[in-house]
Amino acid sequence: MDRSLWIKIASILGVTLVCLYGIIGIPKNQRELVDNFNNNIKLGLDLRGGSQLVLQVQVQDAFKAEADQLMDRLKTELRTASIDYGSFDRNEPGSIEDADKIEIIGKGIPIAKAGEFRRLIGERFPEWNVTSTSSSDYKMTLKPTSALELRKKTVASAIRTIESRIDGLGLAEASVQQRGAAETEPEILVQMPGVDDPARIKQILQTAALLELYQVEEGPFPSREQMLNQFNGILPPGTKAVRGMGTQESWFLLKRAPVITGRDLRDSRSAQDPMNNGWVTTFVLSQDAAGRFGRFTEANINKRLAIVLDGQVRSAPTIQNKISDNGQITGAATQQEANDLALVLRAGSLPASVVYLEERTVGPSLGADSIREGLVSGTVGLAAVVLVMLVYYKKAGINATVALILNAIILIAILAFAGATLTLPGIAGIVLTIGMAVDSNVLIFERIREELSGGKAVRAAIDAGFSRAFLTIIDTHVTAVVSSAFLFIFGTTNVKGFAVTLIIGLLANVFTAVFVSKVIFDWELSGNKKLTTLSI
Amino acid sequence: MQIFKDTNFDFLGKKVPFIGLSLLLTLAGLVSLVMKGGPRYGIDFKGGTQIYVKFADKPSEDQVRTALSKRIPGAISVVAVQGTNELIIQTEIQNERELQSTRQSIEEVLISVFGSTPDKLDFAGAGAGRLFDRLNLPLQKAGVFISDEDLRKLIGGVLSVRDKQKGGMLASFDELSGVPGMTPQILSVLKQEAYLGKYVVRNTEVVGPKVGSELRTQALLATLYALGGMLIYVGLRFEFVYGFAAVIAVFHDTIITIGLFSLFDKEISLTVIAALLTLVGYSMNDTIVVFDRIRENLQRGRKGDLTALVNRSINETLSRTIMTSGLTFLTAVALWLFGGQVLNGFSFALVVGILVGTYSSIFVASPILIFWQDFSKKRGGDQKTGGSSPVVTTAKKLAAK
Repeated sequence: MDRSLWIKIASILGVTLVCLYGIIGIPKNQRELVDNFNNNIKLGLDLRGGSQLVLQVQVQDAFKAEADQLMDRLKTELRTASIDYGSFDRNEPGSIEDADKIEIIGKGIPIAKAGEFRRLIGERFPEWNVTSTSSSDYKMTLKPTSALELRKKTVASAIRTIESRIDGLGLAEASVQQRGAAETEPEILVQMPGVDDPARIKQILQTAALLELYQVEEGPFPSREQMLNQFNGILPPGTKAVRGMGTQESWFLLKRAPVITGRDLRDSRSAQDPMNNGWVTTFVLSQDAAGRFGRFTEANINKRLAIVLDGQVRSAPTIQNKISDNGQITGAATQQEANDLALVLRAGSLPASVVYLEERTVGPSLGADSIREGLVSGTVGLAAVVLVMLVYYKKAGINATVALILNAIILIAILAFAGATLTLPGIAGIVLTIGMAVDSNVLIFERIREELSGGKAVRAAIDAGFSRAFLTIIDTHVTAVVSSAFLFIFGTTNVKGFAVTLIIGLLANVFTAVFVSKVIFDWELSGNKKLTTLSI
Repeated sequence: MQIFKDTNFDFLGKKVPFIGLSLLLTLAGLVSLVMKGGPRYGIDFKGGTQIYVKFADKPSEDQVRTALSKRIPGAISVVAVQGTNELIIQTEIQNERELQSTRQSIEEVLISVFGSTPDKLDFAGAGAGRLFDRLNLPLQKAGVFISDEDLRKLIGGVLSVRDKQKGGMLASFDELSGVPGMTPQILSVLKQEAYLGKYVVRNTEVVGPKVGSELRTQALLATLYALGGMLIYVGLRFEFVYGFAAVIAVFHDTIITIGLFSLFDKEISLTVIAALLTLVGYSMNDTIVVFDRIRENLQRGRKGDLTALVNRSINETLSRTIMTSGLTFLTAVALWLFGGQVLNGFSFALVVGILVGTYSSIFVASPILIFWQDFSKKRGGDQKTGGSSPVVTTAKKLAAK
């Protein structure tokens, strides 16, 4: 046997060993073998059971908030610069696509101050463009670069918040990631292995968790109309009406600017209320906020303070004495509810509301069934193919079987090395790869048979068979890879798994069917130089 | 062993009845598609809720359907999985807001139909966390001392029996007595705290209608791009007319498969699209092997007209075609028979597609080549006599290299 053949055989054995190592490591006993296998092959949610959510961040909320903030700050700036103004108002973009169309209309700016007004915007609010719509009215829009930045920031911060909420729930294996290629894509994919009823988690992820403390002016009123009636139809300046929580309608009149917002929180916990044995959520303010809060409560003893969560007044207790850094939110029905609220408050508020686009949950028993069914169909498929190959091609069938099994081993090993996730369609991809991989062997064997019946000697027939079939194999593989690639580009997570296994399987197949198979023939020939018949 | 040795079937001579069969199949599929108002899309493409439920006893589909229709608006479909006690329930979602509540509504209906034991935990649907929370205190009260870690391990063993051995449902709690670490005391606490529900939800999919319509567009685009990619590749490797013929053949396979899905009233889901795209690649394989041989024979400059040459090429590759298709078909059938409910549509598409794909390489793609040659010969013949077809010209050019 010549040297180059030895090198080839050694390299094939090397590849096989590396692949086996990738799949099962170096096990010392059967138990370790199973453990290593389970560690190396990551199963997708559809096989191990679990839940997957797709959330969409309503980016337009952040744009509206940005505009609101601008209007507040602008009014203050205008007052200090003694520029008069009539009113500021913004539009109401209804969808994610329309978020960029946010605009603020400012009315009644004196003509004499036009230049000053423009300069002020340019200097203090460079993210905004300003154009005049009439001699005293202006339209402000967000510059495209700033709009893009705001989108990115909103999505990134939503992902961070959701991540920390998931962490807070103790779902160690869960993953949160952005779906889609662009950083501005407002879709978030949350995968949670082992979770089979995501109802509670959905609730937690969706809570905006914006906590604000306001000074109460008046209230509660049984309805908004009654409140308006009391003020002759117009709310006093610097106030706003907020609905109270509960089945009974109630409305409070609050000061417009909050004393404290959720950003000022340092910690939050659930605790038992000593008064009535119910559950409350306590919170502790950050140092800076505690100072402000202390001064505020000291100055407003006997007035009421509204605790507003996500735009609803949870409670409006009277300030008894100076409070510096803590408070509590009542109204939780159960300990879990109080717990969950504490969790979302700790994790921080969402920059915009989120809606669910998709939920997919696979129960653990279905996952187990799928694995078993995948194994059975894979084994049956492989056995059938091997049997037919052995009957039809005799000894060459053994050659093909070796190549086929090595093909499967390499495929699984690459999946393990790449840390890819094996899904049910992925298993289908492996099973199908068995059928498609054998195609290369069939092409080559048929060609060798033809060359043999054409009168060529064994060695020449084998060489000709491999070299002629090679081009065809490349052509067929390229087309299959192209169609799988499109599948990968467009598919969802599970379908991608299928495309990936198919592509890897086909690439590995070029190695096993062309190289390995040829080496096996060469090895067979090297033992008997004068071989005149081939078992094929 | 060799079955097809030196065959010489006149495939192209018999092309008319086969093309007729193709047209018939295509037409039947199209008629069915038109009559049913398009393909029957799965949850991925139309949006909605799909819940796959396993029951302890064979459920009545009508009973479930009636109960659901009282609670949930829109079309409701309840389909039994053959040979099992399982139902697949689908409901519509009109707008994205309903995404929140739809699963819960269906589960509440199921509870109202199949009953529950108040104040007890449904063991059939319980996860490890909920079982732990439910059992921890009662175990202590019953005087069973078990560390948190051991309890978690025990619950892991219990769930493993339930999900891996019993398919998600137990007939009796006593089936758990063999779990390592299980004692009669613990078992009695479990019996006291939990009940065996009559059903278990195996799989839930909720897809918003907007996502569905986006996916539909994407699926269509992916298929068209894949076909376009093939056309370009085969066009470059061979010649445009080969690419054209191959793509028509593949398109023919796709249409027939979709048509058969409609005829058999099967759903087109995302995995079915995956199968279709696989078939696009597969059928292309088959066609290319034949084309490769046609080109090779042309390069050798063998005498005879193109029809005879194409026919010989098909015969020469017949053994390979039958072997490969047969083997891939075997694996697809294995998936179809043993792959389970989730992969059913996927493997059905493969089984059908492999048959049609093999057939189309011989009876669709090859005749198009010949038809093209005859057509261009006729046109060329009108202008100057003796003009050869582009198929042959290119082959001669290639041979000259």
